[in-house]
Amino acid sequence: MAATAETVEQVKSIAGEKYKYGFVTDIESDKAPKGLSEDIVRFISAKKNDPEWLLEWRLKAYRRWLEMPEPKWAKVDFPAINYQDYHYYSAPKQKGDGPKSLDEVDPQLLETYKKLGIPLHEQEMLAGVQNIAVDAVFDSVSVATTFRKQLEKVGVIFCPISEALERCPDLVRKYLGSVVPVADNKHACLNAAVFTDGSFVYIPPGVRCPMELSTYFRINEMNTGQFERTLIIADKGSYVSYLEGCTAPMRDENQLHAAVVELVALDDAEIKYSTVQNWYPGDENGKGGIYNFVTKRGACRGKNSKISWTQVETGSAITWKYPSCILQGDNSVGEFYSIAITNNAQQADTGTKMIHLGKNTRSKIISKGISAGKADQTYRGLVKISAKAEGARNYTQCDSLLIGDTCGAHTVPYIESKNKKAIIEHEATTSSISEDQLFYLRQRGISQENAVALVVNGFCRDVLQQLPMEFAVEAQKLVAISLEGSVG
Amino acid sequence: MADIGFIDESSGRTLPGAGLGWLDAKRDAGRARFGALGLPTPKLESWKYTRLRPLDDTKFAPVSDAAGEAKIDKVPGLSGSAAKIVFVNGRLRTDLSKLDDLPDGVRFASLETMLAEDPAWLEANMGKVAGDAPVRAGGTGEQAMLALNEAMMDSGFILHVAKGVALKAPLEVIYIGGLTDDAVAYFPRNLIVLEENAQATLVKQHIGHSVGEYFANAVTEISLKQGANFKHYKLQAESIYATHVTTLHADIARDATYESFQLSIGGLLSRSESNITLSGEGAHAGVHGAYMMRGKEHCDNTTFIDMAVPHTTCNQVFKGVLDDESRAVFQGKIYVARDAQKADGRMLNKTLLLSNGAEIDTKPELEIYADDVQCAHGATTGQLDETALFYLRSRGIPEALARNMLVQSFLGDALEEISDEAVREAFMVHVLHWLPAHCYRAGEWTSDQLEERA
Repeated sequence: MAATAETVEQVKSIAGEKYKYGFVTDIESDKAPKGLSEDIVRFISAKKNDPEWLLEWRLKAYRRWLEMPEPKWAKVDFPAINYQDYHYYSAPKQKGDGPKSLDEVDPQLLETYKKLGIPLHEQEMLAGVQNIAVDAVFDSVSVATTFRKQLEKVGVIFCPISEALERCPDLVRKYLGSVVPVADNKHACLNAAVFTDGSFVYIPPGVRCPMELSTYFRINEMNTGQFERTLIIADKGSYVSYLEGCTAPMRDENQLHAAVVELVALDDAEIKYSTVQNWYPGDENGKGGIYNFVTKRGACRGKNSKISWTQVETGSAITWKYPSCILQGDNSVGEFYSIAITNNAQQADTGTKMIHLGKNTRSKIISKGISAGKADQTYRGLVKISAKAEGARNYTQCDSLLIGDTCGAHTVPYIESKNKKAIIEHEATTSSISEDQLFYLRQRGISQENAVALVVNGFCRDVLQQLPMEFAVEAQKLVAISLEGSVG
Repeated sequence: MADIGFIDESSGRTLPGAGLGWLDAKRDAGRARFGALGLPTPKLESWKYTRLRPLDDTKFAPVSDAAGEAKIDKVPGLSGSAAKIVFVNGRLRTDLSKLDDLPDGVRFASLETMLAEDPAWLEANMGKVAGDAPVRAGGTGEQAMLALNEAMMDSGFILHVAKGVALKAPLEVIYIGGLTDDAVAYFPRNLIVLEENAQATLVKQHIGHSVGEYFANAVTEISLKQGANFKHYKLQAESIYATHVTTLHADIARDATYESFQLSIGGLLSRSESNITLSGEGAHAGVHGAYMMRGKEHCDNTTFIDMAVPHTTCNQVFKGVLDDESRAVFQGKIYVARDAQKADGRMLNKTLLLSNGAEIDTKPELEIYADDVQCAHGATTGQLDETALFYLRSRGIPEALARNMLVQSFLGDALEEISDEAVREAFMVHVLHWLPAHCYRAGEWTSDQLEERA
């Protein structure tokens, strides 16, 4: 009940505020000219001081991108993107060589993150219940990374990927593009050509990362796209929990976000990746908002490794995102927990792929979709069992809740099995909020508004439980906010 | 192969009914559309898992009258059917058919007969459900196989039951294929219309002789008027040289009920596509099936159920068993239109894999635009339950027999959906015959002996 009351409180408190992250930071920035060409790719590469091989890699990707068709199979509808209309590089202007420590970071940036609820001052964070190291990415570049010293003590590398290219080029070169190949799809290919920053994480063998790592993405500048690339490597027997959050100002034009996330888990390693995606969703009529075209994939390379994706998708005008697991190592485990909420004119086509290659690999998919307003939402998932995946096991449950008679909710699961010793179970339901449940709650004296919040929270519970504590509280509030105006 | 060799300007001129203006126009339109679309490829979402490979390298020719004269000793069939139509290689065989004892108000005849006797009725009813235009977005996509059938339709049957007539005994249609020297193709076009409150049961059997390669591309149109009740059972037991493609379009009006069951046990490549529209309140569709494949057989069941108006229900149960290197595809889609409130849709697909070479690709899909609905689907794949097997073995039942019992009960569950008892029993016999036969005799039950035989 407490959580419900809090949810309702939250809805009330932000009434009229809607998207509270919609402000713009007025900061001078250093931008690449609009448009995309080989010169722009070279420009970005030069800005980032890329090694020679990376420039080649980018150019190859760019040439492939030119020829690749847009993916058309998703159930989303939007006008063709004019790729020449974006700035592919935008960075807050730095004085001199850039900040050496947190104290030197532009106070205006610190203020922005404070407003977003992401304090970058370590002292402030220490006062909290739990420590979280943050890499803050502002438009195209990382502006600050906290708790680096503490992490370095245990050998954990957590830094912007551009810095990783200098510090541990071999690691980056070995794993970059090894999970999501350059030409995987058009959006990933674009990212490979123009990616600017993103986080790099390496957890050495046997190390349990002492704190949660997180990256906070912020798109600020007008007409920019954000193309970050995250690479997380968990070496043998290590563990890391990684969080990702994102917001953007309210703007009338559609901004493009095409990110790539690659995870690699070696023997006995575990990666837990959680996302709360709250990009600006556009207004009630679908004007503006972020196009969120993200390729996320994890490879369980080693024996007994585990990758777990948890996502709460509430923002973006269009979401096109399928965090997947390639279960190569024997006994490896993949998990996908998702809540997707679409309201007003939002469209989301999201789901996962579980590719079982190793013996006794297991995967679990729990997806909860809530569609309201005029929104359309699709769960699209693939469970594939190869002939060699003896004893593989999958359980999938995807439920959709429809609120109102102008929205849509769709379920498109693909199940392919080539091994008789594999067991796959799939269940899906679609329904409205049950009148019986509402009646029961109302009859107990609970208001209509509270009753709906209670039912919705119950519907999402399986997934919310998977989130780290602070995130769970935040996500629970988001669930209520995103549905504002559609319930009751 | 974007073309089928024998289709040209003149291909329709020798077919039954040639010279009827509307039919010529229909065939021409079908030919033009098929020419534009070509054979479906896996690039089309609804053909993702099925490729019409057998049509790639074989030159099929339209079946000739001679092929229809193949000698048939025995026609399998049900006892107690009211009437029977038998086709051999797409040619009506009056000697094998039984049409003399039809009750009043029931018209049951071959397409050819109808074209001769009452072309006006055909003109008024054909193509009303399976329209010329491709099925609207959200359906199974462009209808190339329908277009091909339209261009070449050469056989098939008509069933028309008058208002209020309730037919108790089932009607039978039997298609026998094979026994030809060259690879042949035939194109049955079936039309079923049940007027208000009419009732009928139809059992359709596609049976192949294991000599001669053939390609059957059938289209069935069903129109059930208000309150009608139609039971539609199909056995697909084509030969291992057969390519069998059927497209069904059905329109179920207010308070009408459609029940179908398809048992697939043969065919090198079979594909059964159903497009069913529940167009009136209170309409119900039960679309069920079972498939048992072995060798290199490929079986595709694709269904699209459009719940277009409020208060409709549908239910689907498909179960299958796959052995050797066989492959099955199940693509089911339930579509609930905007404002089609109180829709209730259920879909279940379960598959047993008996061998590591076998493959199942299943895609149970929901597309829903109304909020006050109850829809659910489920899918499982796996092998025989080891604990159940152990239990039976511990009771002294030999392993091979225990396996058979488990497969039988697994499929029996699906066969329960057949409400006509005689048909259910007849189909169960086919299931039993498919199981390894030597398990029935004592002394041959050990798995070692089974392997020796294999």
